[in-house]
Amino acid sequence: MSTNDIVMSIRDVSKRFGEGCEVCREDTSTLNGNICPNCGTVHAVRDISFDLHEGEILGIVGESGSGKSTLMKMMYFDQENTSGDYYLRSYEEGAENVFDVSSQKKREIRNEQLGMVYQNPLHGLKINFSSMTNIAEKLIAGGSRNVGEMTARGDMFLEKVNIPLSRKFEAPKNFSGGMQQRVQIAKALSNYPPILLLDEVTTGLDLSVQADVLELIKEIQREMGVSMIVVSHDLAIIRMLCDRTMVLLNGEVIESGITDQILEDPQHEYTQQLVYSIL
Amino acid sequence: MVQNFAFLDEHSKKEIRRKTLKAIAVPGYQVPFASRELPIARGWGTGGLQLTLSLIGRDDIIKVIDQGSDESVNAVNIRKLIQDTTGVPETIDMNEATLVQSRHRIPEVPLRPSQILVLQVPMPEPLRAVEPSERVTKALHGDKEYSGAWIKMFEQIMKYGHVTDDADYPVLVNGRYVMAPSPIPRFDNPKMNDNEGLILLGAGREKKIYAVPPHTHVASLAFDDHPFEIEDFSDKVCRESGVSGVFMDELIDPDTGENYYVTNDTSYMLEQLNKEEEHVN
Repeated sequence: MSTNDIVMSIRDVSKRFGEGCEVCREDTSTLNGNICPNCGTVHAVRDISFDLHEGEILGIVGESGSGKSTLMKMMYFDQENTSGDYYLRSYEEGAENVFDVSSQKKREIRNEQLGMVYQNPLHGLKINFSSMTNIAEKLIAGGSRNVGEMTARGDMFLEKVNIPLSRKFEAPKNFSGGMQQRVQIAKALSNYPPILLLDEVTTGLDLSVQADVLELIKEIQREMGVSMIVVSHDLAIIRMLCDRTMVLLNGEVIESGITDQILEDPQHEYTQQLVYSIL
Repeated sequence: MVQNFAFLDEHSKKEIRRKTLKAIAVPGYQVPFASRELPIARGWGTGGLQLTLSLIGRDDIIKVIDQGSDESVNAVNIRKLIQDTTGVPETIDMNEATLVQSRHRIPEVPLRPSQILVLQVPMPEPLRAVEPSERVTKALHGDKEYSGAWIKMFEQIMKYGHVTDDADYPVLVNGRYVMAPSPIPRFDNPKMNDNEGLILLGAGREKKIYAVPPHTHVASLAFDDHPFEIEDFSDKVCRESGVSGVFMDELIDPDTGENYYVTNDTSYMLEQLNKEEEHVN
């Protein structure tokens, strides 16, 4: 792949909860898991770097507490990073570290260049507002002020995610979990963001609904060419969706590469354990 | 013990004046202030009253109105308190008054230069219906992120086909801050734009002061295809005075059961009636 099709670059990104001490700030090799035995600081994400290419789906796997969600939250500016750089092709051609821009600019990037689907629809939706209004929120934040245009866009995306239009004025609180998740996906996509972040989107859904949502994600990627980062602890989902995969353990990338390769021929001891335990 | 002039001690007045100056310097921005205890309960006009008491001087002429009326209990009691502690003369005439405290109306007579209108505010935060956290709404104001105010209106359009906020309809002040204009009817919103006088808004319970200085641009929020509209009284005539083109109350005649309209701003109505009488004599 050529370098100009990279839509997102993450360089040496770290997040620690706590001040850190002389022991753990420079050298993290002495940590007990991801916790410093000396000062108790949690090193949730440690020096992670990767690129996301145009139109690809990148998977991030790892157990609970491995730093997947923290990494995701930093990419969507829900959480501040401790150190590291973050570049987006859609922002200043990737010349500026977007971790350093003003909070107003960060909101702009969130609203116009990123889409996020949270594990819990409560985080991504205004649960008491109608589905249509939820989609419009993203469009309004992106600067749209025309009700007719926004409802037309909303209709289109609700149809795409198979929400019956007869229920578009209903609030997601009346919907099933799977439907809520699909409204969230419609909202995240409504501004045609070049990058979509999906955090454990199918966790907690039953198998047939999971299949629906996964099918939808595949379809969106095919049709709209959106680049995606999919976070999951479920290897079956990673196998189905992702071109490339990173395995996280205690905040560090321990293995990365083509998904098939990682699943068929895992190198790291932890990955081997993970792969063999899905039987 | 002798009560200080205008009830509040001088330090309290200084605090309120200082915050008022800041509010005028940043139009539409809610300035937190140390709201004082008063002999009336918070939520009953204490924000407006503190502004009035900190501003009033011996040369002032005070007018107090409550939803257009100079004679409602709330207006009378606040006026009494102000007069008892200052001894300044009162009036109901907008042309005479130098300082006007009002609840939920901007008078029909336009403000003139150097006149001050104080509005009582129950809920100063226009984003509160969508975002309960003060910390978050402060950040949203800082980032000029007002989709919360917009989606509230969008939701109303989705549900009822039009924006249903009749009072406290949000406005954008000086192209920067979205502001709750206090529960004045939509009818009064355009009066704030580029007006001659100073409008101060005080929320005593919520401890906020904000301002619309003279000649400030104030625009009511509206979608491109759903323009802002004021209440329409164009075909209504006041039964008492025969005036039209003003904000009116709809009342029901208990004898006939028919509804009729009366001018809401009573001093304006009285003024019109007096003019008419002079004309006849």
